[in-house]
Amino acid sequence: MIQQLDELKTKALQELGQIQDGKELESWRVRYLGKKSSLTSILRSLATLPLEERKSAGARANQVKADLESELQEKEPALREARLVSGTQKEILDISLPGRPLPNGRLHPITQTLNEILNIFVSMGFQIAEGSDVERDYYNFEALNIPAEHPSRDTLSTCWLEPETGSDEHTMLLRTHTTAVTARVIEKMKPPIRVIEPGRVYRYEATDATHLPMFYQIDGLAVDKGITMADLKGTLYEFARNFFGEERKVRFRCDYFPFVEPGVEMAIECLTCNGKGCRLCGYSGWIEILGAGMTHPEVLRRGGIDPEEYSSFAFGIGIERLPMLRYGIDDIRLFYGNDLRFLRQF
Amino acid sequence: MKVPLKWLREFVDVNLPPKEVADRLTMSGTEAKGIQVIGGTWDNIVVGQIAAVNPHPNADRLRLPTVDIGTEPQTVVCGAPNLNIGDKIAFARVGAQLIDGHTGEIAKLKPAKIRGVESSGMVCSEKELGISDNHTEILVLPADAPVGTPLADYLGDAVFDLDVTPNRPDCLCVIGIAQEVAAVTDQKLHPPEVAYEEAGTPIDQHIAVEIIDADLCPRYCASLITGVKIGESPPWMQQRLLACGMRPINNVVDVTNYVMLELGQPLHAFDYELIRGKKIIVRRATGGETITSLDGAERNLAGNMLVIADVERAVAIAGVMGGANSEVTEDTTSILLEAANFNPASIHYTGQHLSLPSEACMRFERGIRPELTMPALKRATQLIVQLGGGQAARGVADAYPGKREPEPMVISTERTRQLLGVEFTVDQITKVLTSLGFECQPGASSTEVKATAPYWRSDITQEVDLIEEVARIIGYDHIPMTTLSQSIPPRSPALMLDLEQKIRNTLVGYGFQEAITYSLTSLEMLRRFRPQTQQVAPMPARLANPMTAEQEYLRPTLRANLLAALVANRRHEEVGIRLFELGKVYLPREKELPDEPEVLCGLLSGSRNDISWLGDGGQLNFFDAKAVLEGLFRRLGVPASFKPGDDESFHPTHQAAIAINDQEIGVIGELHPKVTEAFDLAEAVYLFELNVTELLPFTAGHSMFQPIPRFPAMVRDIALIVDVGVSHQQIVDIIRGFSLVKDVAVFDVYSGKQVPAGKKSLAYRITYQSPTHTLTDEEVNKVQEQILKKLSRQLGATLRG
Repeated sequence: MIQQLDELKTKALQELGQIQDGKELESWRVRYLGKKSSLTSILRSLATLPLEERKSAGARANQVKADLESELQEKEPALREARLVSGTQKEILDISLPGRPLPNGRLHPITQTLNEILNIFVSMGFQIAEGSDVERDYYNFEALNIPAEHPSRDTLSTCWLEPETGSDEHTMLLRTHTTAVTARVIEKMKPPIRVIEPGRVYRYEATDATHLPMFYQIDGLAVDKGITMADLKGTLYEFARNFFGEERKVRFRCDYFPFVEPGVEMAIECLTCNGKGCRLCGYSGWIEILGAGMTHPEVLRRGGIDPEEYSSFAFGIGIERLPMLRYGIDDIRLFYGNDLRFLRQF
Repeated sequence: MKVPLKWLREFVDVNLPPKEVADRLTMSGTEAKGIQVIGGTWDNIVVGQIAAVNPHPNADRLRLPTVDIGTEPQTVVCGAPNLNIGDKIAFARVGAQLIDGHTGEIAKLKPAKIRGVESSGMVCSEKELGISDNHTEILVLPADAPVGTPLADYLGDAVFDLDVTPNRPDCLCVIGIAQEVAAVTDQKLHPPEVAYEEAGTPIDQHIAVEIIDADLCPRYCASLITGVKIGESPPWMQQRLLACGMRPINNVVDVTNYVMLELGQPLHAFDYELIRGKKIIVRRATGGETITSLDGAERNLAGNMLVIADVERAVAIAGVMGGANSEVTEDTTSILLEAANFNPASIHYTGQHLSLPSEACMRFERGIRPELTMPALKRATQLIVQLGGGQAARGVADAYPGKREPEPMVISTERTRQLLGVEFTVDQITKVLTSLGFECQPGASSTEVKATAPYWRSDITQEVDLIEEVARIIGYDHIPMTTLSQSIPPRSPALMLDLEQKIRNTLVGYGFQEAITYSLTSLEMLRRFRPQTQQVAPMPARLANPMTAEQEYLRPTLRANLLAALVANRRHEEVGIRLFELGKVYLPREKELPDEPEVLCGLLSGSRNDISWLGDGGQLNFFDAKAVLEGLFRRLGVPASFKPGDDESFHPTHQAAIAINDQEIGVIGELHPKVTEAFDLAEAVYLFELNVTELLPFTAGHSMFQPIPRFPAMVRDIALIVDVGVSHQQIVDIIRGFSLVKDVAVFDVYSGKQVPAGKKSLAYRITYQSPTHTLTDEEVNKVQEQILKKLSRQLGATLRG
């Protein structure tokens, strides 16, 4: 019996040594350690042996079983390791093949620009306000110090809506600037105010590479006690360095807008020539970015805010120009032509 | 506004380079768009005098002038007709840079033999020098031009091209700019000295002036010059007019233009003999009145337009254009010279309505001051006497109903600091204002200055205007940059913008490209979406002055312009296109501004995938479109439902109305083939349009956290046979009605061979789950049996074998 057990062990271990995969190992386990294995039947047959022999054979049989089990336990992880490694070597993937196609969408570059600018001002405590594209003459002009027959109206060539029924007077128009929202905000809100007003604006103008009948603007307004032109400069500078980068130089000069006094124009150093002068900047080295100023006392007064108690600044930014400068786009019409070959570049 | 530097120097010392002057003007509010240097390329060109003119031996049309240039006489070959001995001309030596008279290109003058005769240089035309386009004659210089002097020294100049803002009509003239230059360069202004002799009877014996409509004409001044000889104005005046972009006409008209350019006051010269009744009447036009203006056109005048009339008829449209009936001609000998002031709005109205924008009009409509009329009138009278050799009548006529005394204003250092955020002293303020021509006096306290604006400044009416003057002349660079120190005002959440952002990001995530299309569209485009009725109703809002027929109506829908964008892209895009726009539509309302809801419109068309080795993704269809909205609604937490729709833009049975709690907020479907055909598209297009403004209230607030289920779910699949008329929604509604049903998903829809005719098979996976315990088979079986019973009872559904 003992010899039988030893032979069994030798054979089993020999076979075990040659086993290459988990399947073989399992069948080996069933063969030598399973319920129907010869070792199990030997162990079962022990009961029939005389006591002395049963003792020694029993010990040996259990020893063999334990040895085989321990060998098996050692073999298993080595095999699993071998299996995992060999599995990764079987299939060769041509990783240069393209992946499964997914449709690709993007935000319109104007939306991206608006988001970027709004975020900058929101982080400075401004709240977003919106107005309507169709406006009354009053909010677009009168409330902003631009009475009828004012020459400034000539530069703000206006698209008028057909008169309302029963009237032949043009009172509704497509706003020529988002400053119309400023006029409404001044009338509606109580100071302190910090708002930023994005939206579409319209001009009665022929389309060419630099002009569109519709474009986007963002106006801004701050009203509080003690607001100064130094605050205006600082706020606009903060915008410029966030949008154009820390090193881009900024220039503030006097300009005229009927709804502010003093009036300001902010320009940045030309992005193409870095201030040396080129065709893009008209050889001035500077690119005009926005108009601004201290809100005219008359405009505040008309909206019900006392200019003696509160001071205020306002500004207006044309949007299309910014991505045009940043990406070197030379034709403004591309924005609303919606050519996918253009839109996919942003 | 063009301002030649030499002219400017008559009124102010300019010691800085032109570029520096231009920069300072720009910074202080008058933008210099450029400096045109006349004569910058005139090396090797000098003033010469024609000493002799000989015929060319080999050519009839060429001659050989000998030119004295102070050194050796030069003989050149020249084809110009106006070669006169004694004339001063511009002589170009070999090496000079000239503009080719024929090609317009710049070329260096080379030694040349023309028809056998050596030419040692060239006698130049204006075109060759770049002064004008005249190439038929050579340029003849004034007789006093010094022979041998470089032409650049004699004729050269730098012309500033300035952008004058609408509030500064006083800067639309040389002296106004000189005043600005004086202020920004710390110099003094020297105004022109005006003096001329008057003689004969006083002017009021020759002409009477009556202003009837004083609201439109605050002042009317006139002088009379008799015995004038009309002729050309001298070259120096012509050159200046040309440099400023005006065409010389005759000595009298040129003087009026010259003085306007110099002092900013438009003037008008009448032929005195043609003024009937020897009376000037300033009045509104009468009904149906017409006048033939100087340009020969007959103008119909409206009753609110101002005219200058004599006792019989209008002789000029006030401030806009003169009349042909009183025009100064070669035969004129007596000039009635007008310098008047008119109401800006009235002039603007008249100029716009008669489509007669003019230099005069531009100045009047910006509001010049009545005080300016007198100095300008005297200056012009002086020049006419000087150039036309006439005799000025004694005195000037002056009707001045609109006279107002200038009022001093107060500027305080305190208010200046409050507005600018930087402190300026009384001395600084006084210095700046004085340099601009203001009269300054000490104010009531030591921190105040009392300032009276000079008569030419119409834009200064209150303290902030004075503060701007101080800031712009000292320079905005002297104002520091600070951040807002006040606490941030309360902010209400921007719900609409947040929703828009979420929608945009979701669609972009689904592979949609955002488009932005114009707010305007045409009726024709909108009608293409109405294949049955051909009626666009309700009518969209129309512009009174559309630029083009394509942009005549405010869009009541995003469909038209977005589909047009797809069509435009189809010309070069082979693959699937997914586009969306989120923007306003405009819906007219009675007595109110239009309603402007935000709308989302999306469209899909073409192949689902780009071509791929991993297999063909098939064509995009209705359910791709629907998936987008389902995904969006899920993300927004909005319970939307889809019901059969009846929008004529869509295929009648391939469309659905989208509703939330029974409120319809949008549509989805396959565009009607007639619609796509109208856009020349052969492919199916799936489109959805959603009113985001109406969607907003359903997205408000947020739902509370639901605990993650602790007990396992059980999944059962069932296949049902139902009539084809039964909808998936009906089945799902029944299944969902049972309490242990956690979820139900359809995973197969089939009709065909293995299913009886008129029937279809639908397979569902039902997930059962209880929040309180682990479900047993028995429990689930029981519920599922009940479900099947109910499906059978209500929908006639049977279990597929």
